[in-house]
Amino acid sequence: MPRVLVVLPAWNEAASLPAVLAEVRSALPDVGVVVVNDGSSDATSAVARSFGVDVLDLPFNVGVGGAMRAGFRYALAYDYDVVVQVDADGQHDPRDVPRLVAALDGADVVIGARFTDGSAYRVRGPRRWAMRLLAATLSRVSGERLTDTTSGFKASGPRAVRLFAVHYPAEYLGDTVESLVIAARAGLRVTQVGVEMRQRSAGQPSHRPWKAGVYLLRAFLALLIALTRRRIAVPAVEVTA
Amino acid sequence: MSGYLVAVLGACLILAFMIELLRRRRLREKYAALWIVVSVVVLAAVALPNVLTWLADELGVTVPLNLVFFGSLLLLLAVAIQLSAEVTSLEREVQTLAEEAALLRHRVEVLETAAGMRTSGRDADEVGPSERSAS
Repeated sequence: MPRVLVVLPAWNEAASLPAVLAEVRSALPDVGVVVVNDGSSDATSAVARSFGVDVLDLPFNVGVGGAMRAGFRYALAYDYDVVVQVDADGQHDPRDVPRLVAALDGADVVIGARFTDGSAYRVRGPRRWAMRLLAATLSRVSGERLTDTTSGFKASGPRAVRLFAVHYPAEYLGDTVESLVIAARAGLRVTQVGVEMRQRSAGQPSHRPWKAGVYLLRAFLALLIALTRRRIAVPAVEVTA
Repeated sequence: MSGYLVAVLGACLILAFMIELLRRRRLREKYAALWIVVSVVVLAAVALPNVLTWLADELGVTVPLNLVFFGSLLLLLAVAIQLSAEVTSLEREVQTLAEEAALLRHRVEVLETAAGMRTSGRDADEVGPSERSAS
């Protein structure tokens, strides 16, 4: 069995964190759990500590990418083989984690994809077009059929952990789109497993058209630039934190 | 003639100011170099106005002053881009340091707990990141 670490990047998630942590604990009793408190101004850190899980307190908000990179470094420092990113807002079901980890047998990165056949998850308008185009482009880059490239629900195998501990992008959308480009171009195999998304326990995603339009543009700028960067190889020697 | 004097004085002032900033280590050489070059070029152009006229003529610019404006614009653009690049690399470094700080902080907590210096969780008097004034 690989040593599995669940990383929960959390920014002001004190409201939804208890339910998520309780669920992770009951569904996955044998995995390591670390909450990366991304400069929250609420009780996120204290709530996580009250559950007895490890907490990394970032001194200020650095975004999901930076929080995850800290998580990957933590995984390397404490000899974890596999890192699974689970959002602290409760939209990812921890019971899907074993399926993601199992799929790592034939891959280095496994995405928990929301848009598989029979999924109830729906998005409309420009956001949908953006997600479709991103998926089509990344499918070509990776050589695998990917339907949901902006999912935050991901499992990374040992080679991906080594790569991401150093090269996980911290820019806007870097944690989803660009990280997949980096992984695919480093020769890592990226696949997906269908998962069911749930409503967020707190807060709602925005569906305003202009916001979706801006999202589309930024996503493509990020993708284009990521594709023109030079390839990064997986570091051969492990980097200690 | 008065415009001439203003230009000479201005260029000399900038030059002196830059050297003074460098002397006090308020400015690193890589940023000051550009401005020193600018003031030297301005001084040269003031001392030898014919050079500017000749250069404008060679480049097909009818009014020499327009060449000066064009050059200044390009220069300012280059400076703005250089500063953006510097800010980017600073941000990246700060972010890496933040991640390292979080990891080290966790390590200290683990060590302190193991050494019996704290019972569990966070000390009551310890100030969390959110309570400090955010930048």
